[in-house]
Amino acid sequence: MTLPLFEAGGDPGPNFAELVRSAGLVPPVPDVPAADMAISHATTVVAIRCHQGVVMAGDRRATAGHLISHRTIEKVFPADHYSGVAIAGAAGPAMEMVRLFQLQLEHYEKVEGKALSLDGKANQLGMMVRNNLPAAMQGFAVVPLFAGYDTNREVGRLFQYDVTGGRYEEREFAVGGSGSLHAGTVIKLGYRPDADADEMIDLAVSALFRTAEEDSATGGPDLVRGIYPVVAVIGAEGFQRVADEEVETRFRDLLASLENQGGDSQ
Amino acid sequence: MTMPFYVAPEQLMKDRADFARKGIARGRALTALSVRDGILICAENRSNTLRKVSEIYDRIAFAGVGRYNEFDQLRIAGVRHADLKGYTYSREDVDARSLANQYAQVLGQTFTHEMKPMEVEILVTEVTIDPSGDQMFHVLYDGTVNDESGFTVLGGEADSIAERLGETYDRDWPVGDAVQAAAAALAGEERTLEADDLEVAILVRETGRRAFQRIEGDELAGLLG
Repeated sequence: MTLPLFEAGGDPGPNFAELVRSAGLVPPVPDVPAADMAISHATTVVAIRCHQGVVMAGDRRATAGHLISHRTIEKVFPADHYSGVAIAGAAGPAMEMVRLFQLQLEHYEKVEGKALSLDGKANQLGMMVRNNLPAAMQGFAVVPLFAGYDTNREVGRLFQYDVTGGRYEEREFAVGGSGSLHAGTVIKLGYRPDADADEMIDLAVSALFRTAEEDSATGGPDLVRGIYPVVAVIGAEGFQRVADEEVETRFRDLLASLENQGGDSQ
Repeated sequence: MTMPFYVAPEQLMKDRADFARKGIARGRALTALSVRDGILICAENRSNTLRKVSEIYDRIAFAGVGRYNEFDQLRIAGVRHADLKGYTYSREDVDARSLANQYAQVLGQTFTHEMKPMEVEILVTEVTIDPSGDQMFHVLYDGTVNDESGFTVLGGEADSIAERLGETYDRDWPVGDAVQAAAAALAGEERTLEADDLEVAILVRETGRRAFQRIEGDELAGLLG
């Protein structure tokens, strides 16, 4: 690998995706429809605004058709210090998009000497989703959620996308993936504006639990193997993942409360 | 028909080297020290925005003296090289030695083939958990690479600064002592350097992924005492 030096006119600036393109590392757009292949899909993710910022959570299951292809994949990632991204859709392209997005933010920060604004980050991700449109038309759609703490406005903000790269800022919560209908309903009923992060973590955990009961592509807590959804809080201190032990405790509390009610989830 | 004058290669190289050295000597110096808490880089720089010291990768930092536009171009190329390499292979595969060699190639090539050599000296340094593994590569305007250990000084009056620093340097210094010693060595006997005159950053030894941290403002003033 030689040192990438550019003439003034062809310089990619702080744009890492452009640099990757100039290095010839961009994969070709698949010309076979995804329906012909058994590819893994990542499912339900949620993001909820709270007093401290935003709570993000995602289950751990990936499915290929009717089969469970992975039990432990992760769908919630830190994008940089103050933001996180959660993915739903074709697992392979989604993971790659997250990796490129993380690098893009870090690359910009290092080249320019200062981080992008939260809006700038959200637009960057929108552009990546839009660039994925030809692949999405073949069935390799990726629809992320993006959430972060806006250090200029000192609030948590969250963004939802569609396959065309359309960017929609949500005020309360956003959901994505196959179980979004159920997860969205649970969150909608339990949401309170400006609630504490602690309360919203419980809401996210409960939403994923309820969704797993109704949607075969969403994984519930796996008490036997010790696999729990990934939950993170993004606030003034940055992206902080909630420890697995704590998520486990919250699930056990939820299950205990359901048992006391004689199992209301019919 | 005109015949070009014959210039002996020795003379040509000497002229180019003198030219580059003069350019570098005009700028302010910087020093890097491997100490207990990490690798401290301290530069005399009155600008708060035009940086001499920057982050390249997780545990790698860059510092340059001489012409700003030239070393900044090299800095950005370094960030690109490191990020592309980490993307293609893995984050663990990005190392200071290979980057320093790349810089040496470019500087050497420019020195012999271009109209004008680059008037820069650069430092590529990588911190490791064990202090004995710290790496510091000092690359000169003609592509010469020096593998330094302990501490190194780049820029004008490097020799006298290195001498002053060498009298007191201690590997086990905490950050505060290292900042004070570096500032004193850069200043010399007649001057004192305040927080506003310095650009300080550290590659922290014990940390998560990104080790590079700037020490600025009140924090720096506090350390200088």
